[in-house]
Amino acid sequence: MEQLKQLVISLFPEVIIEEKKLLTFTVKPKELHALAEVLYKFKNTPFDYLKYLIGTDEGEILTVSYLLSSSKNPGIDILLKTGTPDRENPLLYTVTDLYETAQYNEREVYAMLGIRFINNPDMRRFLLRDDWKGFPLRKDYDANPDINPVSLESREIIDTAPVIRENENGEIVEETINIFEKDDYIINIGPQHPSTHGVMHFRTSLDGETVKKIDVHSGYIHRGIEKLSEDLTYPQTLHFTDRLDYLSANMNRHALCMCVEKAAEIEVPERAQYIRTIMDELNRIASHLLAWSAQTNDLGATTAFIYGMREREVILDIFEKVCGGRLIINQNVIGGVMFDIYPEFQKDVKAYIPYMREKLKEYDRFFSHNVIALGRMKNVGILQIEDAISYAVTGPAGRASGWSCDVRKHQPYALYDKVQFNEIIRTEKDSYARYLNRLDEIEESLKIIEQLIDNIPEGDYLAKTKAIIKLPEGEYFQHVEASKGLFGVYIESRGEKTPYRLKFRSPSMALVSAMPLICKGEKISDFIGIGGSMDYVIPDIDR
Amino acid sequence: MTNYSQPLEFSALNKWIDTTLNEYLPGFWAVFIELVLVGIALLAAYAIIAMILIYVERKITAFFQARIGPNRVGKYGIFQSVADVIKILLKEIIPLNRRDKFLFYTAPFFMIAASMMTFGAIPFGKNMQAVDFNIGIFYVIAVSSLGIIGVLLAGWSSNNKYSMIGAMRSGAQFVSYELSAGFALMTMVILSGTMQFSQIIETQSTCWNIFNGHISSLIAFVIYLISGHAETNRGPFDLPEAESELTAGYHTEYSGLSFGFFYLAEYLNMFIIASIAATVFLGGWMPFQVSGWDGFNQVMWYIPSYVWFFGKVGFLIFLSLWIRWSFPRLRIDQLLNLEWKYLLPINLVNILIMVGLVLSGLTLTDLFK
Repeated sequence: MEQLKQLVISLFPEVIIEEKKLLTFTVKPKELHALAEVLYKFKNTPFDYLKYLIGTDEGEILTVSYLLSSSKNPGIDILLKTGTPDRENPLLYTVTDLYETAQYNEREVYAMLGIRFINNPDMRRFLLRDDWKGFPLRKDYDANPDINPVSLESREIIDTAPVIRENENGEIVEETINIFEKDDYIINIGPQHPSTHGVMHFRTSLDGETVKKIDVHSGYIHRGIEKLSEDLTYPQTLHFTDRLDYLSANMNRHALCMCVEKAAEIEVPERAQYIRTIMDELNRIASHLLAWSAQTNDLGATTAFIYGMREREVILDIFEKVCGGRLIINQNVIGGVMFDIYPEFQKDVKAYIPYMREKLKEYDRFFSHNVIALGRMKNVGILQIEDAISYAVTGPAGRASGWSCDVRKHQPYALYDKVQFNEIIRTEKDSYARYLNRLDEIEESLKIIEQLIDNIPEGDYLAKTKAIIKLPEGEYFQHVEASKGLFGVYIESRGEKTPYRLKFRSPSMALVSAMPLICKGEKISDFIGIGGSMDYVIPDIDR
Repeated sequence: MTNYSQPLEFSALNKWIDTTLNEYLPGFWAVFIELVLVGIALLAAYAIIAMILIYVERKITAFFQARIGPNRVGKYGIFQSVADVIKILLKEIIPLNRRDKFLFYTAPFFMIAASMMTFGAIPFGKNMQAVDFNIGIFYVIAVSSLGIIGVLLAGWSSNNKYSMIGAMRSGAQFVSYELSAGFALMTMVILSGTMQFSQIIETQSTCWNIFNGHISSLIAFVIYLISGHAETNRGPFDLPEAESELTAGYHTEYSGLSFGFFYLAEYLNMFIIASIAATVFLGGWMPFQVSGWDGFNQVMWYIPSYVWFFGKVGFLIFLSLWIRWSFPRLRIDQLLNLEWKYLLPINLVNILIMVGLVLSGLTLTDLFK
């Protein structure tokens, strides 16, 4: 770290270096790309993994923050910041050439804050319509519904994208590029389609049955959660997290609770930690079971789908008995959990563990070695490890490319540093590796639960907190390993009872952003199958 | 063979109708009325078999999938299909804006007519065959391939890209697998020495074809089951309507009765494929007999021929359902690979083997004469 600081000071004397909770570099827009490149190529720990890209309206200036980490050691985070005082036509330089995941994130920043990025290959708005008036995350945004009325008219999709480029003379030129070629046979997969796992829209150009290019349109169910949160107190924002990736509802909420707890220095009782960890793992099993089922269904095996649902049902019943919720669990609150576990909780969970192990064997016999299933999954949808890092594809999908990126191992939270479990890593990089990774992770989750279930300590399950929680001024990050990958919460507080800026880092967005890359040249049926193996959830993207 | 007592056959009823009509009416009118009666009987059987199949499939599928299946309409949901038929008759046929109207409405009729015409040639039991062509198998192969025209027209005229892809897949698939199915049947024609269904059944009176031609027959049987399964567009070969990719493939835009026609034809095709397989390989309506064991054979003959027929067909349909609900879907290139690189060459060699068997007298009946 000291080495890195020296290097940066010697190369960029104007950079402001602060050591807060994170090492923070604040840089002028002109130097951003050069500094990012230095960090990207830094010898010992190359900062080649862009975890977050956050746009904020700081009042005077519009800032963009990059939370960088290293693929070799995802436990280290550094923060890179830049900003522009120009509110009329804010322009910054892109880092897309270094981090592919920046592309969609920058497009989102454009939609939300109006900052456009020079050299980004496609500068359309993400999540919002092209004709949306105003930039919602700016503090002076006018939310009057008359300005952006709900339109019932069908709109023509125009397949062109604006691009801002810097030419050799350093001049900035605006261009329009065509996304598809002239005679492409384009089909719309989604927004209403059985296999897009939500309201996702892939405009796909085909050559016969082969996918030539995919253009992702998202935002059909965008709810403006980040904007809404800015007017709500911290306890009020909690329930939004369950509605992001509804399949890992408990883990998402765990992240936000932990973030607030850390900032407000609230001690969480031991018993609550145990309950949270067990519930997280049960939630992960339920999510992986659904992912397994959905993937088999995408490949055309309806029976396997229903088998997965059958086992998931048992977990949902346990959830229902714990707190009344099945999908949206509403269990975590700031300071602990809302309800204590019910008396037979341990018995039910302990009965579930051998049952699920038995069923895992059944899945193995029924589907994992089926000759057609193997043909549809092996060597299909190859995601190279460099691409996984560049697109920030984490979770079972990232680990199937051979990248160790489990937050539970690298930045342990709750009780994960006290339990024994393996991080499942495969190097085959294909759909089948992702498929097997999920089944193996179910087994690991069962192991974690087994170690914890008998040792739940007596005591409080909820710490006493103040009626109104105010966080001290500062920026707070918290990552958790959700079932799809790294889920993160970023809170910028100005000492108020409401967050100044709340940002959720969605794992599904990274998964979807890699889809055009890994589906290129595959058959259309494999496109569906690969989508199933990536296991994205759309509300997670359309925050 | 005819010496055995057959108390439950329809032969007597048929003969009685024939003689009574001829007694009271001039020859032409007697034949005319008989034709009408046969037509009505076939149409009724067509609809009823489809309804039974739909119910049976839903129940068996539910059993495979740890579900209950239909259980609301009548005891165990046995009237579910009736309710479904009434519903589909009452549903609106939704017109599309930019479809080719004539072709759009013609397509379902191609499907239903093709399967109806094939259905007419099937021997359901002793004296229960409407037309007994001397080129029966040839006729069945020819007529059943008309159905693909309906699929292609449906996909083309719907003005929907999903339907179009589904139809094109279907075209490629059907043309390929028709070849295998045809060759597999030809192998058996070599063994039987005839294309007429009644004679094919007759030759199997003491030894079913699947045993008679041993190795070669078994290969042909498996190939016929695979390619027949593929011809009916059912999983793992359901690419034309792959619901997770193409929503519903070629019949996405159809509703009401025109959709019902596709649905009906799909189920009947499954039945037709199974009944041809049963007739050609498993002796059709012929009971299981062993030459020389007269007592045993008599017992077998007490079971009427149509029960034998539907029993064999039911077994084959169960096999087909089992496969459908266990396997994921193939991809189009894998599907065509399977046919052109594996099934077809095996099939051609198999025909030669069968010729050799027949010529050198190595079939079971020859060996144990």
